[in-house]
Parts: sequence; C-alpha cells; structure tokens
Amino acid sequence: MDSFTTNIQLVYVLAAACFVVGLHLMNSPGTARRGNQVSIAGMAIAIVITLVLLIHDGSVTGVGWTVLIVGALLGSAAGLYSARTVQMTAMPQLVSMFNAVGGGAAALVAIYEYIHDESAPGGVLGATSVFTVLDVIIGSVTFTGSLIAAGKLQGIITGNPITFTGGRALNVALAVTALGTGAFMFTTASLPALLILVLASLAFGVMMVLPIGGADMPVVISLLNAFTGTAVAMAGFVVDNWALIVAGALVGASGGILTKLMADAMNRSLANIIIGGFGTGDTAVAAAVSGDVQVRSIAADDAAIQLAYASKVIIVPGYGLAAAQAQHACAELGALLESRGIEVSYAIHPVAGRMPGHMNVLLAEANVPYPLLKEMDEINPEFPRADVALVIGANDVTNPAARRSGTAISGMPILDVDQAKSIIVVKRSMGSGYAGIDNELYFNPKTSMYFADAKKALAEMTAAVKTLVA
Amino acid sequence: MSTALVTDLTIFVLALLVGIEVIGKVPATLHTPLMSAANSIHGIVLAGALLIGLTAHNVVGYVLAFVAAFFAAANVVGGYAVTGRMLKMFRRKAQPPVQAATGQAAVGGPPSTAPSNGHGA
Repeated sequence: MDSFTTNIQLVYVLAAACFVVGLHLMNSPGTARRGNQVSIAGMAIAIVITLVLLIHDGSVTGVGWTVLIVGALLGSAAGLYSARTVQMTAMPQLVSMFNAVGGGAAALVAIYEYIHDESAPGGVLGATSVFTVLDVIIGSVTFTGSLIAAGKLQGIITGNPITFTGGRALNVALAVTALGTGAFMFTTASLPALLILVLASLAFGVMMVLPIGGADMPVVISLLNAFTGTAVAMAGFVVDNWALIVAGALVGASGGILTKLMADAMNRSLANIIIGGFGTGDTAVAAAVSGDVQVRSIAADDAAIQLAYASKVIIVPGYGLAAAQAQHACAELGALLESRGIEVSYAIHPVAGRMPGHMNVLLAEANVPYPLLKEMDEINPEFPRADVALVIGANDVTNPAARRSGTAISGMPILDVDQAKSIIVVKRSMGSGYAGIDNELYFNPKTSMYFADAKKALAEMTAAVKTLVA
Repeated sequence: MSTALVTDLTIFVLALLVGIEVIGKVPATLHTPLMSAANSIHGIVLAGALLIGLTAHNVVGYVLAFVAAFFAAANVVGGYAVTGRMLKMFRRKAQPPVQAATGQAAVGGPPSTAPSNGHGA
C-alpha cells in the first residue's frame, strides 16, 4: 500500500467514525439533529476523498466522468424532490424506496466487478469471492423486495397477503437456484451463471414480500433495511473499502435490532411472518365474548364532559388515526385539554404505524411535544391513574385477550388501556382488527364507543369541550 | 486467507458490535428517523459506484456506473434530507402559532428555523 492509498483509507476511517458518532447522537431528540449533521459531514468527506482518488488515478475517461456526474446529479435531484415532498404518512414507502436503490446500487457494484475484466479484449472473468455472490444475492433480493413493499404500502399492490398454490415451493426453488448458481460460480467463471443468479434473486425478492400482509410491514421494512446494510458491507469487501464495510455493518445492526423489536412487539417470530400471513392458517379462535353483550355508544357531549373534567388523559393512537389523517385534529384536542391543566400523554405501541416509530413522527409533525410521547413500558403503569383513556384507531394492541392463552394474539404485548378508570374508543364500526378477532375492550363496562371517522370525531369532541368550558 | 481480508473481516465484526451497542440506546420515539438515518448512511455505496468509473471503459461499464451512481445518489441525498426534515419536527414544547414569534419555540432543543409547512394539515 503506497502512502497515497494509506492516507485515503485513513480518511475513510474518519468518515466511518462520523457515522458512528452521528448514530450515537440519535439517542435523544435534543441531539439527533446534530447527529444527522455529523453523519452528513462524514458522507461529504467520504465522497470528496473518493473523487480525489479518481482524479489522482487519472484512468477515468471523459465519458466515465460524464456518466458518473450526470447519474449522481439526476439521482440527487430525484432523492431531494421525494424527500421534500413526501407526506409523513408515506414515510414507510420512501424508506422502502431508499432501501431498494441502496440495495440495487450495492448489487450493481458487485455485478460490475464480476464482469468488467471479461468485457476487456482477451480478458477473463473476475475472481469470484463469497462476497461478490452474497452482494449480488442480498442486493437483488432487497431491490425487488423493497419495491414490492413500497407498492403495498402505497396501495398499488394490495396490502393483503398474496398467496397461491405452489408459492412456497417456488420460493424454495428460487433460493436453491440462487445458492446453487452462486456455488457453481466459485468453480467456473460464467456470465450466464451471473445472469441466472441475478434473476433468481430478483424473483425471490418479489416472492418473499408478496405473501406478507400490510400490518407486518414494520418488520419487513426493518428486515429489508438490515439486508441493504449487509449488501453494502459486502460491496465494501468486493471493492476493499473500509467506509462501505463499516457503514454497511452499522446499518445491518440497526435493521437487525429494529426487526427484532418489531417482531417481539407482535409476539411473532420472523420465520412466522415471512412464511405465512396472520390468520391465514388455522389459528382462528372464537372470541370469548358471547352474543348478548351490548356495547355502549356515546355522543360528543358526553365524551367532552368526561374529557374536560378529567385530571389525567392518555391518548392511544393507532394506525387508523394516521389512515384518517387525523393526527392534527388529535393534537388539537390534546393541546386544548392541556391548556385546561389536564395531564395529557400519548401511549405509543411499538407497532403503531407502518414502520418503527412511525406514530411518533406523525404526532411530532402535528406539533405534539416529544416529552408527551410515551413508550409502552413507560406508560403502562400509568393507566390505572388515568381518568380517561381515549383510543383512536388502535385495535389489536389494546385487546386484553392477548393476556390469555388460546387467542390469535396471545402473548402479544399490549397497552393496558382496560386499567383506566374510563375508556372512550373512537372507531368507525365494530369491524375487527388485523388479527380478525373481537376486541374484548369494547365490551368492558367502563368502555364507551364513539362511532365515527377519527378526524370527524376528534373535531366534534374538541368543539364540544370548547362549548362546555366557554 | 489474505491479511487484507482478515483486516476487512475484523473491521466488519467490530463495526457490527459497535452498531448494536450504539443503536440499542436509541429511544423508540426516534426509530423512524433512526431508520432513515441508517438509510442515508448506506448511501455510502455511492463511493463504490464512483469507483466503477476507474475501470469502466465500455458501454456496459458506463451503463452500470450511471445506474449505480443514480441509485446511490438518490439514496444518500434523499435520505439525509428527509431525516433532517423529520428531526426538525421533534420539539420539546409545542410550537406557538405561525403568526407568533418563531424564534422562541424550542427550549433546550435545537433552535427552530422556519415553521413546518404543515403537510396534510
């Protein structure tokens, strides 16, 4: 290693250190923005030093420069445009798209390294390393898998699990083809083999995500995030670049941790989510609620009285709130209650939303101060002290049936909403949640049901509280 | 196994452990920005895409370099921009209404710049 190359590697180490410090600063909302800036600085350093390396080497052709610069500028413009215009409710789709392009780019790096020697006159295919094969497989799977996930989240593809006879057999066949071809490539350098590897991996990505239901998306996005990180680390091995290895490992760790947290929050194993959709098997169990139990419904005035004279209110938002675009109406009601001296907090279940932490971002956008956003373990002991728990668009994560064995959601960690002194549930109808079972919370004598669209209900309650206290 | 490979593997394993340690401390409130930040960081693959330029001297090479640079740049620029946009929304105290003074919004938090555009409001 000559001194120039050594110095370049040292600069890459500096960039990698910036990434670590940047992620470390994300451990509190107060320092997170600085963390993002440190991370940006690291990225700028890494890109600039790469350009220095290219210039110093002098082997990049005029066309090469044009292609790289135009590609990077167009990509930057596309990325910036989507980042500026995306709605916070559509954040999971965007993150998925970034996973797709990151994984795709990583796969392309390995594909290029494999074929570029051969395409030169009289050349031979590049030496196949395990990293090349892994990079191509993981990067390609991530690319199509993330595109399908984004399509499902956007509603272009149905969010219901798509399964068909022979689907699993096809999956196995694709996996075997990809791995077998990869193994073959160690012994024989072959362009057709590379093509088969890429196609089988791309198809596997599609087939892996299609059967997964919409409510499992937090797990899938986290998993694909981990895949992208791993693919980038593999690309780092292929081009022997420490910055890529470290950055990829960091993202792999992050995605892995989030995947585990999300799967735990749904009390499901990763294998269970990948292999089969919820309730598509033989898990359907009748709820313990008998037919003659009546639910109690409530009107805005009564709800307003309960809320206005409470001393502690816990709001429990779920995905239904986001789907109804009601986060601003929710924040307005919360702020109104707070201005009356009522202690208001928000109980956020880990899988509230379509990606990890999604609900927090939606409420932060609606101007809810972050100290009011409480994690499940933090808020659960507070429910017995709450005069009112206001459940908006959350269903399965509040179902006490999870505490018993023998139901579809048994063992899933839930918010202890039923411990509150009274409960108001805003819901459009008595339809069941994703797990397809009745929510026993609705039949609790302390519970009143407010049947309306979340946005409308919140506006009515806010108006009623204002009238009441005027 | 070459020394370079051993070094690379060592770095990979250590970085993985550092990542698990650092990311385990991020609160659930910030998990979406965290994932978005991690997303931007894997945009470092842009460096790998640029390195293709060193040896790309034919059409196949140029096409791969172009697509890889496009993908990676979209990843890195979009990722950082959207992470910054999200983090700007996290405030310790509720932002006063837009007409009021905007400079005093955050106490202890980062200084507030322009009020959020109120998407979806």
